[in-house]
Amino acid sequence: MSPPSRMKKALLCLATLVVYLLHQDYWFWRDARPLVFGFVPIGLFYHACYAVLCALLMWLLVAFAWPGHLEREAERPHEDRQP
Amino acid sequence: MIPALIVFAYLAIVVYIGVFAFRKARGKQEVEDYFLASRSLGPFVFLMSLFGTNMTAFTILGSSGHAFANGIVTFGLMASSSAFLIPLTLLLVGTRVWALGKRHGFITPVQLFRDRWETSHVGTVIFAVQAALLVPYIIVGVMGGGTTLEAVSGGRVPYWLGGAVVALVVMTYVFFGGMRGTAWVNTFQTALFLVFGGVAVLVIGWGMGGFSRSAEAILASGESFLLTRERVSPLYFLGYSFIPLSSIAFPHITIFCLTARRMSQFRRTVILYPLCIAAIWLPCVFLGVMANRASDVPKVQEKLEARRTLASAAATLTPAAKDALRARAAGDDVLVLLLEHYAPLWLAGLLGAGIMAAVMATDSQILALSTMFTEDVFAHYEGRTRFGEAAQVHTGRAFVIGLTVVAYAIALRLPESIFAVAVQYAFTGFAALAPLLVAALFWRGSTKWGALASTLWVAAAVIGIAAVNAAVPAPPPGQATPVWTLAGYEVVARTAGGPSILGLLPVVPVVLISALLMLVVSALTPKPGAGTIARYFPDSVPG
Repeated sequence: MSPPSRMKKALLCLATLVVYLLHQDYWFWRDARPLVFGFVPIGLFYHACYAVLCALLMWLLVAFAWPGHLEREAERPHEDRQP
Repeated sequence: MIPALIVFAYLAIVVYIGVFAFRKARGKQEVEDYFLASRSLGPFVFLMSLFGTNMTAFTILGSSGHAFANGIVTFGLMASSSAFLIPLTLLLVGTRVWALGKRHGFITPVQLFRDRWETSHVGTVIFAVQAALLVPYIIVGVMGGGTTLEAVSGGRVPYWLGGAVVALVVMTYVFFGGMRGTAWVNTFQTALFLVFGGVAVLVIGWGMGGFSRSAEAILASGESFLLTRERVSPLYFLGYSFIPLSSIAFPHITIFCLTARRMSQFRRTVILYPLCIAAIWLPCVFLGVMANRASDVPKVQEKLEARRTLASAAATLTPAAKDALRARAAGDDVLVLLLEHYAPLWLAGLLGAGIMAAVMATDSQILALSTMFTEDVFAHYEGRTRFGEAAQVHTGRAFVIGLTVVAYAIALRLPESIFAVAVQYAFTGFAALAPLLVAALFWRGSTKWGALASTLWVAAAVIGIAAVNAAVPAPPPGQATPVWTLAGYEVVARTAGGPSILGLLPVVPVVLISALLMLVVSALTPKPGAGTIARYFPDSVPG
C-alpha cells in the first residue's frame, strides 16, 4: 500500500480528532429519556453507538493509513539482532 | 454449591488447556516459544487473546460494581474511551513494537528501552517501577477470584480461599504453558464470556420481570442519577479519557504485540476491538445499574441499606464503622448475586465460570512479570551465563511466586473496590509511562535521562496517591473532602474514588507532567549515538 498523501493524512487526523471530541458529549448529560428499546437510557445508547463509530474510524485508518513499511523493514535481513 | 462445583470443573479444564492441550515440542527455540509462543499466533487467537488479556476482573466485576453505585456513567468513563484509544494505540504503537521486536529480537519493553537509549541501569529502574505497578493489577485478579468463588458457593468457599485457588490455578498454567498456553486459555475464556454475557442479560432481565419496568422504577425513585451522568463533572469525565493510554504501556500488552505471526494480524484486531469492548462492557454496566432494583435479592438489599446509612449518617460514624459499611455496600459481586438468584443452578455455574474466565486474565500479568524478571534482570546481569538457563527459569518463577504472595496478602486487607484499585494505581501509573514508549518510538531526541525523570516521577506520584488514600478517609460517593486548599482553590481533594487534583482525576496531571519531564530533560541531556538513531529512524534526516 502506498503511503497516504498529505491531504489524506490531514483528513484522517481530523476524523480522529472529531471522534475523540464526540466522546465528550454534553448533550445527554442530565437526560435519561428517551429510553431506547424501552429500557436503555439515551446516554448509554449514545456511548454504545460511539463504540461502533470507533470501529468505523479504525477501519478507515487501517484502510488508508496502514504502516505497511514497518512490516517490510522488519522482514529485511539485518545484522544487529540481539542475542 | 452446584455452581461452585461447575466453576471448579471449569478451572480444571483451563489448567488442562494451558498446560497440555497446545504444548509444543521442546527445541532450540525454547525461550522464545515459552515467552512469545515463537511469535506465531494466528489472527483469531491474536484478537481473542489480546482482547482477553485486557478483559479482567476490572472489566467484569469492577465495572458492574462501579455501575451499581454510580450508574451508566461507568460505560463512558472506561468503555467508550477505551474503544477509541486502545485500538488507536495498537495501530500506532503496537505495530511499531512488533516490527522492532521482529527485527531486533526483543522480548520485553525494557530490552527495547535499553537498546534505544543505550542504557543499562535506567532500564532496571523502569523494570522495577513496571513490576511494582503490575502488583495492583494482580491484586485485582485475586480480589475478583475471591469475590466470585465466595458468591457462587453461597459463602462456603471464603474470600481468602477463593483468591488463593485462582492465584494457584493461574500460576500453574502460566508456568507450564507459557505464552502459548496463556494465549489459548485467554481465547477460550473470551469466547466463553462473549457467549455467556448475552445469556446473562436475557436470564436476569427475564427474572427481574423485564428491564423496562426496572428502568422506569429507577427513574421514579430518588436515584434517577443512575441513568444519567449528572453526578460526574464533564472535567472529571474528560480525565478518564487518559486512562486507556495505560493499555499499550502495560508490559503484558507490549509483550503480547510481539506474538503476532505477521503484522497484518493487527488489522482485524484494531477494527474489531471497539465492538468487543461494547459486547463485554454493555451487559456488565447495564446489569450493575439494574441491580439497584433487584428488590428480591437479600444480599443486594443489604448493600443498598449500607449505602443509604453511609450517605445519611457519615458525619456521626467512626472511620472503622465507615470502612465496614463501605465493605458491605461494595458492589463487586452484584453480577454474581444476580446470576445466583435469577438463573437456574447449572446455568449460574456456567455463567460463574464465564465470569471466572475474565477474572483469570491475571495470567498475562504473571507471565509478563516472569518474562521481565528473567530477561531484564537475571539474563541482563549475566545470571544466565553464570548459572545456566535452568536457574534463570527457577529464579523467574520464584520471583513471581513472591510477588503473587505479596499481592494476595494485600488483597485480603484492602477495603477499596476493584475499580478504585485498578484505576488509581495500575492504570494511572502505566498511563503515565506511555510517554516513554511514544518518545522511544517516535522522537529521535528522547534520552535515557528523560526516561529516568518520567519514571521516577510516576513512582512518586503513585506513592502520593496511596498516601492521600491512607491519610484521608473516603467520603460517601458524590462528596469530596478538601485535602489541600490554596488561595481559596481546592487543589487536592479526597473523593470516594480516590484523590482529585483541581477537580481532575490524578491521571491527567501525572501523565502531562511525565510527558513534560521527558521533553524537557531529554532536550537538556546528550542524545544516543547516530548509529542507534539510524537503526530506529532509518528514513530520518540527521540533525
